[in-house]
Amino acid sequence: MGLALVLALIVAPEDADQGISQRIFYIHVPIALTAYFCFGLGALKALLLLWRGDERYDLESYVAIHQGTIFGALTLITGAIWAKASWGVWWTWSSNQLVLFLVLFLFYCAYFMLRFSLEDGPRRARSSAVYALFGVALIPVSFLAIRLAEDFIHPTVFTREGPQMSGSMFATFVVSWGAVTLLAYLLYRVELAGKRLDADLRELREALQ
Amino acid sequence: MMYLADVVALTRKDLRVELRGRDTLPAMLLFVLSTLVVFHFAIPEDAGDNAAYGLLWVAIVFTALLGLARAWVPEQEHGVLDGLVLAPCDRSAIWLGKALATFVFLLAAQVVALPAFVLFFEPLDATAIAGVLLADVGICAVGSLLSAMAAAGRARELLLPLLFLPLAIPLIVGGVGAAVSEEGGRFLLFLLLYDAVFAVLSWASFEYVVTE
Repeated sequence: MGLALVLALIVAPEDADQGISQRIFYIHVPIALTAYFCFGLGALKALLLLWRGDERYDLESYVAIHQGTIFGALTLITGAIWAKASWGVWWTWSSNQLVLFLVLFLFYCAYFMLRFSLEDGPRRARSSAVYALFGVALIPVSFLAIRLAEDFIHPTVFTREGPQMSGSMFATFVVSWGAVTLLAYLLYRVELAGKRLDADLRELREALQ
Repeated sequence: MMYLADVVALTRKDLRVELRGRDTLPAMLLFVLSTLVVFHFAIPEDAGDNAAYGLLWVAIVFTALLGLARAWVPEQEHGVLDGLVLAPCDRSAIWLGKALATFVFLLAAQVVALPAFVLFFEPLDATAIAGVLLADVGICAVGSLLSAMAAAGRARELLLPLLFLPLAIPLIVGGVGAAVSEEGGRFLLFLLLYDAVFAVLSWASFEYVVTE
C-alpha cells in the first residue's frame, strides 16, 4: 500500500510537462473521485440498512461517509492550491467541481451534527441512513444547480482547457487513483475496526456492571 | 381514498391547532416583513436591482425555517407523534399532512411578503411567482422530513437549519434564476425536477425516521 503511494508520487512528476502546478492533478482528481466513491458507498450501506435492518450497516455507512468527508476536505484544500497556482486566486466560484464539494462538505458536516445530537439506537441509525441517501440525490441535483447558476452569476465562464492526456500521464493518473482508493479502503477498514472494538468494549463494560 | 382522507384529516388537524393557538403564522408574517425592512438598510443604494431578488429568497428560506422549526413541536410536547405512528394509517400520510399544512402557512406568509416586496423593492413577473410556488413545494417536502428528524435530537432548533440549508441551495438557484434570468422556464423545470426527486425520497423514507 505504502509502496503504491510512494510509486505514484515518484512516477507522477516525471510526466508533468504542463508546468509544476499541473502535478497536483494526480492527487486532486483521484481524491475527489474517491470522495464521491465513499459517499456512494455510505449511501449504499445506508440503503442496505433500511432494507435489511441489519445494524452492522450503520457503522459501515458512518465510517464510509466519514472517510468521504475527510477526502472531500482534502479535495477542497488541493483544489484551492491548484486554483491559486493556475488562476492566481485561492477560491473561485466558477469552478463547478469545487463549489459542488463545498456544498457537499457542508451537507455531510450536518450529517455528523445529526448523528451526534440523536440518542444512540435504531432510530439514529435510520435517520442518518435517510440523510445519507438524501446526500447522493443531492450530488447530481446540486451539480445541475451549479451549472444553471452560472447563467446569472457568471456570464463568462472559465474554460479550463483540458490537456489531452498522453499514455504515460494516463498511466500515472490511474496508478495514483488506485493508490488513493487503496488508501481510502485501508483507512476505512482501520476506522471500522477501531469503531467496532469500541462498541464491543462498551458492551462488555455494560455487561460487567 | 383512505389514504387521502387520512392526509386531509391530518392537515386539518394542523390548521385547526394553528387557528386556535396562533403560535407560528403571526411569527412568520412578522419575521418576513421585518427581514424585508432590514434588507432595505442592508443593500447599498448602488447595489443593482437584482440584489433584491437574492434577498427575497434569503427571506423566504429563513421564514420557512422558522415555520418548520415549530412544525413538530405540538406533536412532541403532547406525545401525539407516538399516537400517530401507532394509528392504523400509512406513515407517509403523516408526512404529507404536515407538508401540506406547512405549505399553507408558507403561502399565507407569502401572500403578505410578495406584495410587500413589490411595494418596497422590485416588480415580480409570473415566472418569478411560479418559481416561488414550486420552491415552496420542495421546501415543505424536504423540510417536513428534516424537521421530524431534528425534533428527535437534543438541539432541534439548532440542528434544522444545518440539515436544511445545504439541501435548499438548489432551490435558491432555481428561484433566483426564475426571477432574474431571461430564460426563466429552464429554472422552473429544474425546480420541478427537484420537487419530484426529493418529494418521492421524503415520502418513501419518512416511515424510517419516526418509528422507534
